[in-house]
Amino acid sequence: MLAQLQTLHKHLLNDYQQDFPLSPTPYRDIAEQLGVSEDEVLHAFEELSAQRMISRIGPVIAPNSIGSSALVAMAVPEHDLARVAELVSAYPEVNHNYERENRFNLWFVAVADDEPQLNAVIAEIETRSGYTAMTLPMLADYFINLGFEMNLHD
Amino acid sequence: MIETTDQHLINAVQAGLPIAARPYAVIGERLGLTEQEVIERLARLRAQGLIKRWGVVVKHRQLGYRANAMIVMDVPDERVSDVGALLSQQACVNLCYQRPRQGEVWPYNLYCMIHGKSREVVLEQWAELRHGCALTGYAYEVLFSRRCFKQRGALYSLRGALPVQPGGGQGQPTFEIHSS
Repeated sequence: MLAQLQTLHKHLLNDYQQDFPLSPTPYRDIAEQLGVSEDEVLHAFEELSAQRMISRIGPVIAPNSIGSSALVAMAVPEHDLARVAELVSAYPEVNHNYERENRFNLWFVAVADDEPQLNAVIAEIETRSGYTAMTLPMLADYFINLGFEMNLHD
Repeated sequence: MIETTDQHLINAVQAGLPIAARPYAVIGERLGLTEQEVIERLARLRAQGLIKRWGVVVKHRQLGYRANAMIVMDVPDERVSDVGALLSQQACVNLCYQRPRQGEVWPYNLYCMIHGKSREVVLEQWAELRHGCALTGYAYEVLFSRRCFKQRGALYSLRGALPVQPGGGQGQPTFEIHSS
């Protein structure tokens, strides 16, 4: 799969994660920067999207600038994990839900309009699952260099 | 607080910018804004930091980054922001956050993510970080992900906002680098 990615695709994946052009013709601007045609850029983005290599071109909203969010961890017995994971994933407020190798084996991120609503969702998950949840809101966000870099020589 | 038009705009774009010659005009049409208004509002939200980044959101698992470790550390409070800032500058670190300790149950206050193509590479990178960033004295745990049950960009159901347009990555497992 990776071997099939052309240099153009890799540039599109690498170079526009932070700042996609905010101009009337962003794809044409990218095409000019990369020395290809606008159609090639549009087509390549469609391919990346169809192959699910990108989820979207869009905003990443600063944590807690809109609404309230938290990372939540639960320790769920192995035999009950699938049920609880499904229960958790079904909430529209939950956007990430992972099993991790730890005594706290279920980790999810929940986002709600405000803190009371967030706490209500977590409380409901505790009641319905039968397990307590450890709520870990963000206190500080240190991250500066967001994004993935594709190796252009892969 | 964020104004209503900006709320509608964020709702309209969080599913993804159309792949079309004039994508901001398409968004504007949905909202009754001009192309220029859409661009100006997005640029302002970006400059204000409410939009933390505006761009291509890649799916790391699809791209071969399947070894995903969350590393939690217990760093003295007076050092945590320095260590957080230092870790954030390391190429292999994708995210770095401070979160509250939970007493004896969970004594960790600093979190970072390393996404790699193999477990071995991630563990090597972590070993280098521990030594390079002088973290060897602190308790830590490495939590590799096992199963991904759900992964998509945060969808903010803003009060009074228009419904999110269908399309984009919704409903599909996607990678959102911002997580809270």
